[in-house]
Amino acid sequence: MVELEEAHMSALNVIDLRTHGRGPYSLCIAPGECVSLRGDSGSGKSLLLRAIADLDPHDGQVLLDAISRTQFTAPQWRKQVALLPAESQWWQDEVGAHFPAEKCPWLEPLGFDAETMRWQVSRLSSGEKQRLALARILMNKPRILLLDEPTASLDNDNVLAVEKLIEKYRCDTATAVLWVSHDAQQAARVGDRHLQLTTDGIREYTT
Amino acid sequence: MITLSTVDLSLAAGLVLAMAALSWRMQLGLSGQLLIAGTRTVVQLLLIGLVLKALFANVDLLWVTGISLVMLLAAGREVMARQQRRFTGWWGFGMGTGAMFISSFAITVLALTTMVATDPWYDPQYAVPLLGMLLGNTMSGIALALDRLTTTAWQQRAIIEQRLMLGATRLDAIAEIRREAMRSGMMPIINSMAAAGLVSLPGMMTGQILAGSPPLEAVKYQILIMFLISAGTGFGVTAALWLASKRLFDDRHRLRLDKLTGPRS
Repeated sequence: MVELEEAHMSALNVIDLRTHGRGPYSLCIAPGECVSLRGDSGSGKSLLLRAIADLDPHDGQVLLDAISRTQFTAPQWRKQVALLPAESQWWQDEVGAHFPAEKCPWLEPLGFDAETMRWQVSRLSSGEKQRLALARILMNKPRILLLDEPTASLDNDNVLAVEKLIEKYRCDTATAVLWVSHDAQQAARVGDRHLQLTTDGIREYTT
Repeated sequence: MITLSTVDLSLAAGLVLAMAALSWRMQLGLSGQLLIAGTRTVVQLLLIGLVLKALFANVDLLWVTGISLVMLLAAGREVMARQQRRFTGWWGFGMGTGAMFISSFAITVLALTTMVATDPWYDPQYAVPLLGMLLGNTMSGIALALDRLTTTAWQQRAIIEQRLMLGATRLDAIAEIRREAMRSGMMPIINSMAAAGLVSLPGMMTGQILAGSPPLEAVKYQILIMFLISAGTGFGVTAALWLASKRLFDDRHRLRLDKLTGPRS
């Protein structure tokens, strides 16, 4: 009964998820909550995020606001349950061609301006790509953010800018965030709760 | 019509032998392949000559259907053999073969019943060469297009998945790659239509003229054939790419490269 209650309250609810021979993983995140996730390299953090975003075949259930994923088409699901991968991809010449609209409210808080839309992708640094990828995924107005080391190639100022933007977006829209980070200090800074991933499950820990 | 004697053919064979000898001297490593291919040409063409002779002697729908199927299966095998990464299981063969069957057979039957209007419509003297030309060209187009689609999808898997993550459908995520594959499948026939008569005299027309047909009759046949080939290749490539790009994903719009085999060594 308690579990049912919890599931009902959750924005994201993962039940007995198995992917690539790992798991079962279960976790839930409340609306507006940020949960940090850590694990040794190779423990399957990225695979877990990919499975939640429905990019890999898997067993188990995933619910968004208590509605099963099977009720959504896959593209609908991925717009709401947004995965920001560690390395973003850009396939057009200009930055703006990757955005669904000309105007993007997230450029300025990340240190860009409207002119950025006309920049050549080939001249972006890895840090710029990472920040622009965040702006791009927020354009879908996701309900869930799955962040795979979103500040890995950023300097300190930009790390803080990204953390601030994600917090603002999360609080304004009651979005649930699952944040993979190697940095223990960052995890303590951004996370309301903290999860540790092993090959056979997830356990909560306190800092 | 001037018939060729054994001596005439031996002279031509002598040229190939000379080329093989030159290649051997220059250590090009081609002489073996050249000789084997030359031998295959002689044997295969003599065999098909005998088959056609028998076929023409007793016109029978069953026989025509039989040889058509043999040709189709051979073309299907050829498409499969030309793929760097092909689909696993039955699909690797079935996809190209199915697409060729739909386009080549439909267009051949259409041409035989309406444009050429032979009697009976399956008269092997027309049906077999017509189908052969259509199959041969459709085969090249489909092989090129499928190979382009699967190798590009493999190389650009990260981009395709990025687009899926942003909420693109499987069709959107692979649209550009599919368009490129379509272009590479259609390019040979478009090029040969554009160059026909200026750069090259098409083989079939040349053959008819050598056999004594009036040039304008040969030209009309060649135009018909080229139009049939371009339509057949176009429909065949479209069908094959449609099947293949669906097959690269599953119904949850996930890129499933595990449905492809590893690279051919």
